[in-house]
Amino acid sequence: MDAMKKMVLDYVIREYLEEDDDRVIKEDTPLITGGIVDSFSMVSLKRFLEKKYNVQIPDADATPEAFDTVNNIIDLVNRFLKK
Amino acid sequence: MAYSIKAREKFQLDIKELRDAGLFKEERYIHAPQGAEIEVEYPSGASLKKVINMCANNYLGLSSHPEVVKAAQEGLIHHGYGMSSVRFICGTQDIHRQLENRLTEFLGTEDTLLFPSCMDANAGVFEATLTDQDVMIADRLVHASIVDGMRLCKAMQDTFKHSDMGHLEEKLQEHQDKRYRMIITDGVFSMDGDLARLDKIVELAEKYDALVFVDDSHASGFIGKTGRGTHEHCGVFGKIDVITTTLGKALGGASGGCVSGRTELVEMCRQRARPYLFSNAVAPVIISGALKVFDLIFKSTERRDKLEKNMLYWRQLLKDAGFDIKEGESPIVPVMLYNAKLAQDIARDLYDEGIYAVGFFFPVVPKGQARIRTQLSAAHEKHHLDKAIEAFIKVGRKYNIIGKNKKEIIEMYGM
Repeated sequence: MDAMKKMVLDYVIREYLEEDDDRVIKEDTPLITGGIVDSFSMVSLKRFLEKKYNVQIPDADATPEAFDTVNNIIDLVNRFLKK
Repeated sequence: MAYSIKAREKFQLDIKELRDAGLFKEERYIHAPQGAEIEVEYPSGASLKKVINMCANNYLGLSSHPEVVKAAQEGLIHHGYGMSSVRFICGTQDIHRQLENRLTEFLGTEDTLLFPSCMDANAGVFEATLTDQDVMIADRLVHASIVDGMRLCKAMQDTFKHSDMGHLEEKLQEHQDKRYRMIITDGVFSMDGDLARLDKIVELAEKYDALVFVDDSHASGFIGKTGRGTHEHCGVFGKIDVITTTLGKALGGASGGCVSGRTELVEMCRQRARPYLFSNAVAPVIISGALKVFDLIFKSTERRDKLEKNMLYWRQLLKDAGFDIKEGESPIVPVMLYNAKLAQDIARDLYDEGIYAVGFFFPVVPKGQARIRTQLSAAHEKHHLDKAIEAFIKVGRKYNIIGKNKKEIIEMYGM
């Protein structure tokens, strides 16, 4: 697993799962549609990515679909990293 | 015609999708004043059924109290039906200010401003007091009206795990570069019935120089020894910077809400909060009824004490019967079922047995956390609760959930 994937996965688990939550989160686990992250709490994830990878993700691109899995999130970050 | 057949069909499809997903909400028509026992027409057109109400926010049983009704009638005669104005043009009567002063005294704050509802208070308060130099840090289970209010505000948004003080502390540390930090929480959480740890929150706020905001809608009037709210219960009365609450639950149950707190923050709401500025003044009849509510609850804690007794009795009945409930100290008692269909089926069967209680499921509560939320009232008598538990046991046996824990219920019905 590459470093970025691990970093995002670790953040999602630490930030969104309660201590007694035994759900397993993998890179293709639906986060928003799966009810793990709601749109209200999604803002901290966006800010984490922007700070960590020094990118600006426009609100129009920070859609629930773009944040729905760790894989989607990596694609999103990479799109803006390359710009 | 602008509303084309195509547009109509699209909306019809949206409504069908809601029905298919089990998210369609139907109203039940109540043919009586609010109370412990009500007559209900459900489904529409059905003959009336007398049921015990276990789902109202009528915590103190004041919604139809004769003295409150009489005060409202007198208010109607002496102060008229409507104000035909927003507050700051020609909508403020003497009684509006009287009620604000009583709320200030009751909540232990510095000043209070009435809003048409607590939903409106929450929609306006953040935008009126915070800017893009500030951060709002909210518990993840706060009420939807707070979420909406935060979205209308330019301050940075952040959240912490439900009642997780370690996570909140991390967030406060992370946002030390902001001008103001506002910690935002419900006093009593409406779906789980648990209380915010306000003593710890105030401690953290002092340590990290933050403001504290509490929506005490499900607490004002009955939580704490004299019913002042969650801050009284937690020993931090007078230390909360902003409290929003409603007159639509324990405090008469009609409508209206308020922002109460530090003088300057309330003044900023009076100057800038859009739901206050652009809504009519709360009707005199409601203000008059609410003033009587405060006369009653300042005079005696009898109703609040009866509610507590009912709450303890009902929690014990459910536990003794073997139901899986959320532990807590509030009159919101969720019976956990985890599966959405099971919650709906059990609510329907309870209704057939004469008990009116509602199933809640995603998106109102997290996925796999479906439940029936029961709510106690000072209007309930012991015989109401005894009848209710009989019905719960009968229906619980039918679905074989009595004595079963979370894992066992999920094994039988899934999440």
